Parts: sequence; C-alpha cells; structure tokens
Amino acid sequence: MAFNNFLKAFVFLTLALLILFPDVAFAAADAAKDATVAAGAPKPTRADYPIIGGLNARTLAWGFAQMHLFLAAFVLAVPLFSIAMEYVGHLTKDERYDNMAHEFMKITMSAYSLTALFGGTLALTLFLFYPHLMGYLMKVFRGQMLIYALLFLLESVTLYIYYYSWNALRWGNRKWYHMSIGLLLNTVGLSLMFIANAWATFMMSPTGIDPATGAVVGTVWEATRNPLWNPVNLHRFIANIAYGGAIVGGYAAYMFLAEKKAEIKAHYDWMGYTSNFIAIAGFLPLPFAGYWLMAEIYAYSQQMGITAMGGILAWLFIIQAVLIGTIMLAANYYLWCGLMRTDRGAEYAKYVKYIAVVIVGGFLVWVTPHSLILTTDEIRMLGGTHHKFLGPLGIMPAKNTAVNLMLVFTFLSFQMFYRSSRIPTVSWAKAGNMAIIALYVVGCVNIVFAGLYGYITPTVYKVGASVPQVVSTLSIIVFAITIDIFMLRGAKTAKVHWGRMSERSQYALFVLPVAFTWLMGLMGYIRSSLRTHWHVYTVMKDNSPDAYIPTIGQAGNTITVITLSFMAVMVFVFWLSRLGATSQEKPS
Amino acid sequence: MTFARVIIFSLFTLLAFTGFANLVPQVQGDPPVEEKIDAGSLDMAGMVSFGERLFSGKGTCTLCHNNLGRAPDLLEMDLAKAFPERLTDARYAGIAKGKTGAKAVENYIIESLKDPSKYVVAGFGKKGSSDSISPMPKVDAAPIELTNIEMNAVTAFLQDRAGLTPTVSLPSAEEASAASKSEDDEDEAEPVKTGVAAIEKYGCATCHDLEGSEGDLGPKLNGIGNKMSDAKLVEAIVKPNAEIAEGYEADTMPDDFGEQMRVSELNLIVEYLKKLPE
Ligand code: HEC
Ligand code: HEC
Repeated sequence: MAFNNFLKAFVFLTLALLILFPDVAFAAADAAKDATVAAGAPKPTRADYPIIGGLNARTLAWGFAQMHLFLAAFVLAVPLFSIAMEYVGHLTKDERYDNMAHEFMKITMSAYSLTALFGGTLALTLFLFYPHLMGYLMKVFRGQMLIYALLFLLESVTLYIYYYSWNALRWGNRKWYHMSIGLLLNTVGLSLMFIANAWATFMMSPTGIDPATGAVVGTVWEATRNPLWNPVNLHRFIANIAYGGAIVGGYAAYMFLAEKKAEIKAHYDWMGYTSNFIAIAGFLPLPFAGYWLMAEIYAYSQQMGITAMGGILAWLFIIQAVLIGTIMLAANYYLWCGLMRTDRGAEYAKYVKYIAVVIVGGFLVWVTPHSLILTTDEIRMLGGTHHKFLGPLGIMPAKNTAVNLMLVFTFLSFQMFYRSSRIPTVSWAKAGNMAIIALYVVGCVNIVFAGLYGYITPTVYKVGASVPQVVSTLSIIVFAITIDIFMLRGAKTAKVHWGRMSERSQYALFVLPVAFTWLMGLMGYIRSSLRTHWHVYTVMKDNSPDAYIPTIGQAGNTITVITLSFMAVMVFVFWLSRLGATSQEKPS
Repeated sequence: MTFARVIIFSLFTLLAFTGFANLVPQVQGDPPVEEKIDAGSLDMAGMVSFGERLFSGKGTCTLCHNNLGRAPDLLEMDLAKAFPERLTDARYAGIAKGKTGAKAVENYIIESLKDPSKYVVAGFGKKGSSDSISPMPKVDAAPIELTNIEMNAVTAFLQDRAGLTPTVSLPSAEEASAASKSEDDEDEAEPVKTGVAAIEKYGCATCHDLEGSEGDLGPKLNGIGNKMSDAKLVEAIVKPNAEIAEGYEADTMPDDFGEQMRVSELNLIVEYLKKLPE
C-alpha cells in the first residue's frame, strides 16, 4: 500500500509539473520572440540553438520521445483490449477472461507513471533545446496544450479508479458501471493520443497557417485537422493494439517458462495465446492503414512521398519488410506449435508445411528490393532506379500480392487451431467446409490475378489493382469467420490442453515484442525524416547542427539503444507487478 | 536461468536487426548547401553547369524527374522535340503560347518552375484532377526555394539539353551579391582569380602532368583542349567517374571538386586547361 501511495504521489507530482509547463513554455516563447519575424514562424540561426553541456539535442529528444511513445502505446492499448475482454467475460460468464483482463491492467499500472515521467522529460528537453520551435507550436496550438494536460489528469483518475474498483464493481449491474469507467478511460486515452498526433502531423503537413510566412491565421482546429492527422491516428491506433498484445504476450511467455506448476503454466499458456491473437488481429489491418497513410502523404506532397519511398530512405522499407516478415513468421510458428495442444491438431499439422512455403515465399518477394538502388552514388544522383534483375518481383503489385497472401495464410493458421478443438455437428458441415475451401481458392486466385493485372498496367492504375486484393483478403477472413460461427454452433468441443506447449514456441512470443519495438522505432525515424531539414515542413527550417537525416545504420544503432532501455524498463515494470503480488510469510 | 536465456535471445534478435541496418548502403541526408556564385565570372557555360548541379542537388529535380515514371524524364527524353510541342499544344494557355524559338522555351520552362499547374503534361497530373493540377511543387517556394538566379541556371541547363543556345540573363553583380549576402560565409576562403592559382589550390598537379609537374597518377593534361570540349572537361572534373580515361582507375581522382569549387574557379580551370599546349 505504501508503494501505491508512493506511485500516486509520484504521478500527481508529474501532473502538477505538466500543468505548470505551459507557463514555463510561454516564458521560453517570449525569450524566443526576438528571433521571430513579426507574426511568422521563427527563423532561428544555428547560433540560436542552445548548447547545453555538450549534449546532442536531437539524440536526447529522439530517445525520450521514443521511450515515451513505447510506454504510451502500451499504456493506451492495454485498457482497449482489457475492456473488450471484460465484456467477453461478462457475455460468456467465463471468469477466466475477467481475471486475465484484470491481470493485464495490473501490469499496465506500474508502466503508467513511467509514461508520464518520460513525457515530462521529453517536454522539458524540447523546451530547453528547441525553444523557438516549441514557442511556435504553442502559438499554433494555444489552449489545446492545456486541454492536453487536463485530459492527462482525467486519464490518471479514470485509470486508477478503473483498476482499483475492479473487485468492488465485479458483478451484476455494478459490472456495467465498471465497464463504463473503462469506456471513459479509453475515450480519454484516445483523445490524448489524437491531440499529440495533431502536433506531430502538423509538423509534417502544416495547415491553419500562412504558407508563405508561417503566421498563424487559422483556428486550432484547422491546424489539428491537417491532411496527415487521420491517417496517422488510424495507423497508431491499430499499431498500439498489436503492440500492446505483443508485449503482454512476452510477459505471458516469460511466466510460462518461469513457472513450474501445471495449472499456472496452463493459465499463462492461454494468456500467451490470447495475446498473440490480439497482436495478430491488430497486425492484419496494419498494412492497409499504412497504404492509406502513404497515399495521403503522396497526395499532400509528391516530393515528400518520393523522399520516403524512392529517395535515400528507400532501403528502409526493405528493412521494414524483413521485420514484418519476422513478425509474421514468429506469429505463425507460434500458432503451428499450438496445434499440439489439441488431440486433433496433428490432422492439421500436415498442412503447416504448405502454409510455411507461402509465408516464406511471400516474405522473399517482399524483401526483394522495389526501388532498389545499388550504390550510394546512385542514391545521391537519382531518386531511385529499378533493380536490373529483380525488378518485376520487386514492384508494388507483386508486393501487394505477397502481403495479401501472407495475411490470408496467417489467418488460416489461426483458423486451423480453433477448428482443431471443435467438431461441427450441423448437418451441412461437409458443404460448409467445401464452401470455406472454395472461398480460399477463389480469393487467392483473385489476389494473384489482380496482382498480374496490376503488373501489366501503367503506374497510375497499379494502385487501383490493390483494391480488389484487399477486398479478397478481407472477404476471405470475414466470410470464413461467418460460416464458422454458424457451422460451429453446438459443435462438439475437444479439450484444449492448455500448457501442453513446447518451451521453444514461447521464444516466438519474445520475437514479437522485440521486433515490434524496433520496428516502431524505425518508423518513427522515417516519419521524422520525411520533414528533411524542416522543423515544420515548408514553414520553419531546421538550422540546428542536426538538420541532417542520419544514415540507416546510425539510426538503427540509436533505435537499438532505445529498445534496450525500453526492455530494461519493462523488465522493471513486470518485476514490480510481481513484487506487488508477493507477500512474505509471517515468522513463527 | 530462464531470465538470462530470454534476455540473451532478445539481445541476439536485436543484434540481427541492427546488423542488417548497418549492412545496407548508408547515405546521410544532408540539408542543401547553398553554392556561392561569383557574378563577375559566371558566363553561360558556367550557368549551364551550375544548373546541372542544381538539378540533382538543391533543386531535388531528379527525385521526380527520372526513369521511374513519376514525372517526365527530362534527362532522357528528347527535349528538342518536346518543348516546341508544348508551346503549340491546345491545352497550353501560358505566356509562350504559340510562340517559337529559344526565348519562348525559356519562358515556358520558367513558367513550369514557378507555376507548374499552368500546364500539366498529359498523364502526370495529380490523381483525380484530370491533369489540371501538377504534383510538382513551385520551385521558388518551400521546400525547394530556388532563387531567381538558380532558376535561370536550371533553365539554361534544360535549354542546353534541348539543343538551344540558352537565353537566360546572366546574374548582374548586385543580384549575385544580394544572393550571397544572405548566407554566412565565415570560414570560406577567398575565391582565386587566375587559372594557375586555382590549379594550385586544388592540387591538380600532384596527380597530373601539368606543364612538367610530372604527376603521374592521372593522365597528362597538356593539350587536353584539343581532345575535350568544355562540357566534357567540366564533367571530367566534377564527375570524374562518369568516364574513365583509358588505362586509369576509377575512384582515384577526388569526386567532390564539384562541391568544393566555386563556379568561377571551375571556369578558370577549364579556360586554363584549354590553352595548355601539347
Ligand atoms: C515532386 C516531384 C517533382 C519535383 C521535385 C520536380 N518536378 Fe518538375 N515535374 C513534375 C511532374 C509530375 C511534372 C509533369 C506535370 C507538369 O507538367 O507539371 C513536371 C514537369 C516539369 C517540367 C515541364 C516538363 C515538360 O515536359 O513540359 C519542367 C521543365 C520541370 N518539371 C522542371 C523541374 C525542375 C527544374 C525541377 C527542380 C528544380 C523539378 N521539375 C522538380 C514533378 C516534379
Ligand atoms: C588524386 C589524384 C588526382 C587529383 C588530385 C586530380 N586528378 Fe584528375 N584524374 C586523376 C586520374 C587517376 C584520372 C584518370 C581517371 C578518370 O578519368 O577519372 C584523372 C582524369 C582527369 C581528367 C580527364 C583526362 C582524360 O584524358 O580523360 C581531367 C580533365 C582531370 N583529371 C582534371 C583534373 C583537374 C583540373 C584537377 C584539379 C582540380 C585534377 N584532375 C585533380 C587523378 C587526379
């Protein structure tokens, strides 16, 4: 309890600081005014950037921002699926769901204050090292920053009430009160994220200002609703869910390995399975959200779009593909191992090798360079050029085909597992199965043909060809689930032996959070790099010594260091949550 | 034990990702460097080569104007044919409509740079705009921000590529000094005034036999003017690896003279080399 009090005091102190920040910030903005041209965006020269103790401002801000983001993504995501699980538990009257949701929240609680701590440190770093930029952003977003601080307060209050009232509001009507608190918590959490996204996307695609001078001419809402705001909102929302799932999956896997008792192992096996499910469910739509974001970037500025995909950052998408492929392979591998939990799993296991071929094949197509630039010189000279030999496989339609097939077969891995524990009893089961098989075949043929069509048509229509592919993928998933729902009504359930899982399979659950964390870091690097040498794209130039885009290697090293710090923080967080559950026996 | 194994496994995974990121080609994206121009000595050949450097450098034109189909491939296509066609195109209603000749092409190009949507090459318009809005940014505005002199230089380069004699006006002294005043040129050495001094400043004679200096890492440059045109000479200096002299290795001659030299110095060197006797 003392510890809880400590935590609370800590969080409130942090919040008090945050609420004080606007004043501190306005003071900084005043000081920055000299350098500001009348009402326009400030034009700091290199000498205007504070040098403090020889620290590298960008690396510091980068590190704190990324740490804050990792923690915030986790802390925002868990309540989202906790409340979903709470609801499922309420519907199915299966207490396991409720208990797991509660446990998820328990691990989140100790991460929360750290999120605030890193957020505060980030703000401080930015105001110290980038007073002109922050002053300008404060001018653009004005009172919204205060609203943000207030929402933060509300977030903590609801989060604490949601967690601590869990057992007090456990049954009957009271459960509904509890879930309402959860809903409020999630609404506040998402609002927080959307506001922060507005600032970040404003820096990429500013609106509500005079494009020539940067003078603030519009409302806060106009600046908020910039062209990239919603695509980033959606992308981060989905990615957070996948990320949160991956992290609690890592926790469950560790507990599974560390615990010896069979029933506890069974519990954590189930938790790991559910987390993996959440991670994949969040992951499946992510590429589509990514395409939308990219399309909006192109629409906003072709220059920026090509900088991302065809310029010096092009190689980064090869790395991204490798990471996404790693995530897909790990998640599938875990699902395949899971077939050993059911007695009928072996019947399905024989198909695994075919799925593996598709996933690995898709992975290879995907890493095949698209606008692969062979040498550094070429990158400098041109925006990009096709690889001479691998060209056709590397272009977008082939990649879209690959990613859609990978998604479809990942879903198949998952479907095989849940089918292995249920034997349909409805009279039309055979026909139903045939229908599902037909659905897969037609869907995949469609995806491949749309890919071929996209390949032979000119660039402008290539994007169009990806639409039927996405529709096919989504149709397979939606219809397969629909048919299964009806077909598995009253099905004979075969026992799932939770805990009957190999140790090795658990390592797949560690690959997910590690790869996700690093991938998020990489995407953060590219999102910021798109602004090139601008703080606020086209409006306020970055004249600091760090106005360059670091090489992918430098960025990779930085991201690795940040990821390591994050892992250390998470180990601490998990350790804390276990510590809270440990009590010393009274000496006799 | 479990803990150690999990940590080591995770570290290993991280290491693999990091290693991969370090294996791919490494390019740092530097902010554009303003090139100093020396109004006094910038002649038309200098403008053309300045324009060429802007085209792939500060102007970031090659980002879009390349062979990937995002924009007309200005470096490959037949500009001598394309530009006159634009001027007579029914959809074109700009200042040079129906006119012919080099000056009209200059006007067309400048218009394309300042107001790309004035005329959108068929098939390249923004999606859904049916070729009424160009995806090309106005190059005199952010983020590219070319100055008037720079736009003239790029135009001279494109006119040259179209087989026309560039008609753009050369920067007047006050224009050029206004353009370079805005930049802070603290640690920049004074430009040299003669070809000999420029050759000395960049140490050409250590590798090349120049009037008996006996450098032998590179080919002798005496009489080079008979073998190479001005443009070829400029290329040989600025992009030494574009064409390798017979019997010599690539990557020996520094490839960053283009960044170090001022346009005036480059011109002095070219003038000097042309006059070198056999
Ligand atoms: C973001 C991509 C992009 C960048 C950067 C860009 N352009 Fe363009 N440019 C285009 C597109 C697309 C077109 C074709 C549509 C049109 O006519 O406006 C075009 C058209 C042109 C045309 C007319 C071509 C014709 O065939 O009539 C000229 C000239 C031109 N650009 C020059 C330049 C120069 C010089 C630069 C660098 C300073 C540059 N562009 C930078 C995309 C770009
Ligand atoms: C480090 C040695 C080195 C220095 C310094 C050097 N060069 Fe070169 N240069 C070479 C080599 C080697 C070649 C032949 C390979 C090639 O064509 O790139 C060459 C080729 C050339 C050529 C083409 C000759 C031909 O016959 O094709 C020219 C012109 C030239 N250099 C001019 C210069 C000028 C002007 C400078 C000073 C600004 C200079 N070089 C400085 C090594 C050097």
